[in-house]
Amino acid sequence: MVIGQALNRVDGPLKVAGRATYAYEHWDDGPPLYGFIVGATIGIGRITRIDTSRAERSPGVQLVMTHHDAPAQGSPDLSIPFEYWRAYPVLSSPDVHHYGEPVALVVATTFEQARAAAALVDLEYAGGSGSYDFAACVDQAYAPDNLIFGILPTDTAVGDLDAGFDSAPVRIDERYTTPYELSQPMEPHACLVVPDGEDLIVYVSTQIVDAARASIASTLRIDPERIHIITPYVGGGFGSKLRIHSETILAVFAARALRRPVKLALTRQQIFHLTGVRPTSSQRVRLGAQRDGRLVAIAHEVTMHTNRHSEYIEPTATTTRGLYAAPHRLTRTWLTPLDLPRGEDVRAPGEAPGLLAVESAMDELAHAVGMDPVELRIRNEPTVDPERGVPFSDRHLVDCLREGARRFDWERRPATPASVREGQWLVGYGMAAAIRGHFQAPTTGRVRLAADGTAAVQSDMTDIGTGTYTILTQVAADGLGLPPGRVRVELGRSEYPVSMGSGGSWGAANSSTAVHRACEALREKLVTTARNDARSALHGLDPAGAEFSGGRVSIGGVSEALSEIVARNHPEGVEAEGETLAMTDDPNYRDYALHTYGAHFAEVGVDADTAEIRLRRMLGVFSVGRVLNAKTARSQLIGGMIWGLGAALEEEAVVDPRSGAFVNRDLAQYMVPVHADAVEVDAVVLDGFDDKANVLGAKGLGELGICGAGAAVANAVFNATGVRVRDFPITLEKVLPGLPPMED
Amino acid sequence: MSGSDSGATWAASSGLAGGTSTEVERGRDEFVALSAITLNVNGRRLRLEVDTRTSLLDALREHLRLTGTKKGCDHGQCGACTVLLNGRRIYSCLALAVMHEDDEIVTIEGLGEPGDLHPVQAAFVECDGFQCGYCTPGQICSAVGMLAEAAAGWPSHVTADVSSPRIALSGAEIRERMSGNICRCAAYPNIVAAIRIVSEGGPA
Repeated sequence: MVIGQALNRVDGPLKVAGRATYAYEHWDDGPPLYGFIVGATIGIGRITRIDTSRAERSPGVQLVMTHHDAPAQGSPDLSIPFEYWRAYPVLSSPDVHHYGEPVALVVATTFEQARAAAALVDLEYAGGSGSYDFAACVDQAYAPDNLIFGILPTDTAVGDLDAGFDSAPVRIDERYTTPYELSQPMEPHACLVVPDGEDLIVYVSTQIVDAARASIASTLRIDPERIHIITPYVGGGFGSKLRIHSETILAVFAARALRRPVKLALTRQQIFHLTGVRPTSSQRVRLGAQRDGRLVAIAHEVTMHTNRHSEYIEPTATTTRGLYAAPHRLTRTWLTPLDLPRGEDVRAPGEAPGLLAVESAMDELAHAVGMDPVELRIRNEPTVDPERGVPFSDRHLVDCLREGARRFDWERRPATPASVREGQWLVGYGMAAAIRGHFQAPTTGRVRLAADGTAAVQSDMTDIGTGTYTILTQVAADGLGLPPGRVRVELGRSEYPVSMGSGGSWGAANSSTAVHRACEALREKLVTTARNDARSALHGLDPAGAEFSGGRVSIGGVSEALSEIVARNHPEGVEAEGETLAMTDDPNYRDYALHTYGAHFAEVGVDADTAEIRLRRMLGVFSVGRVLNAKTARSQLIGGMIWGLGAALEEEAVVDPRSGAFVNRDLAQYMVPVHADAVEVDAVVLDGFDDKANVLGAKGLGELGICGAGAAVANAVFNATGVRVRDFPITLEKVLPGLPPMED
Repeated sequence: MSGSDSGATWAASSGLAGGTSTEVERGRDEFVALSAITLNVNGRRLRLEVDTRTSLLDALREHLRLTGTKKGCDHGQCGACTVLLNGRRIYSCLALAVMHEDDEIVTIEGLGEPGDLHPVQAAFVECDGFQCGYCTPGQICSAVGMLAEAAAGWPSHVTADVSSPRIALSGAEIRERMSGNICRCAAYPNIVAAIRIVSEGGPA
């Protein structure tokens, strides 16, 4: 089997040699013009005057566009459940809804000219009174009517939470807050648009090709078939490229207006206001337990910000629904409307902030009842989904906990907080559980076998660093019995079969299943062809026992090369398509609760004098069904764990309460983990196969690594210092006042 | 931004932009100064005309179409644009192209190519030292420069004995020295593993 092997990335040599071409880097269509966005410098209000004359006279300028001359645009169709497919109007009115919102577009011959001219657009505003301060506006929170992503309820209840909680001898009732966070992929959001007659060729950095096409088409109110998306390589997305944003719409406007190729990238600073932000949240967690740690009540109530005009609900409270057994349960969601940039999915939407809170609370409960945190979680392991009552498909949370504890030498954990000191460092251990729902969405893949015996896999699926090129190579190699070197994977073009793209950790399972099904259909075609081909060695043989390997098909003791069958009967090649069903059409998603699981363990040192927090080592053990590629799977999990580290200790976009601007809008001030932070991080995946998930037994893992990882770090900080910080990120000034007194 | 713009306009209108400057009509009613320069990139001498405001990064990417060098932040904060300048690693977004006519520039394209990879490039593939690949050329150029610095005995913030002429490239040393290159996919442990393979002379 090639599936599961630690095959090197097939696109690796191109990437390490700088030959992989991202959206801004295509030259085949001639030299492009350069766009630059002018953003509003107020948080809310109205443009009262725009004078573009200085900008228009500036050297090299070809176009200055404002709401006065932007084309008419469609409005978002709120009946589309996933908003990434909806229209995204830009420059559609003089109104300003949040700081940084585009108010003008400048296009010039060179980047330098466009940037310089952008500073010459003169604007006057009538500022309004905006709401920017989440804490001050929490009393305006409302309970949303909509389902999350069109499928998940915002609120659930089982039993009688209040009665259960009040009756519990041990009660934890705490509030945790998490900050605004941003995806900040290394490749800025970028787009190159080439007019081609009435058509548009759009090179765009995006996670979902079909959504990009639909969103552009509905914004411009043109036929989607006129739009050709090309995105062979994407420099990270982490949710922020699930949909296209103003860079794409404005590049399209300019290319259509000028009949020239135009490219446009957001600056790093603009990314903070012009892509999505993970909502800030305030989470009340109540845990009621017996003295032996057994939960009788669990409640997770979340209030988060939403942009006033574009509702986004992060599925944060949903995190606890399948995690632990308890007869009395409650999850609730409120939204606080603010005049800030839109909330959008940031990697592990919901689980990342939700598990920070809930898994911190579980640590507080373990401390309160005097139990080992690992044992507390095992004690509360459910036998069936605690809300829905259906069985779990393939739950191995306890295995992850036990295996992780063993590998990490968890027994060396100091039982008493702030009890271990090594020189300058207070040392502590922490752990947390991980859970993430596994989802499935309709996806089609095509496999084409050529007369030379090589296969091409085609899908509009993207590879955003996830390893799609590599895993689909492996799936098709096994599916057709070919060496991986004879499979070529072609992705990221809208003319290929439609996928649901990279997001929600479902891309690998969706596209692998579709490609596997395509291979099955292609094998059927090949054996049928051979049986009916008088020149074939397999002529007339019963295809039921056909085996494919080494580029040949054999029945009984007789075999023939695939290339010969194809060359004789289909000299132009032969192809087949395969499909993955929607969750709603797959009874397994009704009859079972499908999740992925993990357990995180962290050791930190906290400087006894300064409260500087340093990770010393971190281990995650995960259960994800079957692994498609051991190397790329581990890489994604490690990367997710380091995101968790960042959420625990570093990441926070800070709002200026006067304007709603993110004041720390660059990578020197919005802190993300760097090499020096990521000390000794490792991930282990348990062998597995979830036969309820799909025919390959594989589930997604792109976001699982984050889930709970931050809480493990936070709990280690508590174990090291005895200081419990509930306001994330855990920065020094929050820890320092609680540290033990300095020694002489 | 407006300062840079007025500088270019001043250079054009005064005719004082230097002997290599030419005036080219680009706007509707103004002129812009371009400088004809020669850059030595990956062993080739390449002539180009750049705006004096053009960063070395944009000269490489937008003029020479060497897009292996990436623009991540354009502010010297992420490291994606790292190239080797006379053997030393720099952020090319913080350098103006016109300042580097006499320098030897090596970009990711000059280190190796598919089928003939530099040992650091090959180690990155083997250790999966990247995911999306966008910071990768900068990480690799930075690693090549960093290995040379360590070989020359340069200490770092975490070097215990800064007077020692020999640097042992521990994991902590590599992490410290590579912290100017952000990887949002957080492939850091694998990047460090790749660099260790090369620094310890192992298979690559």
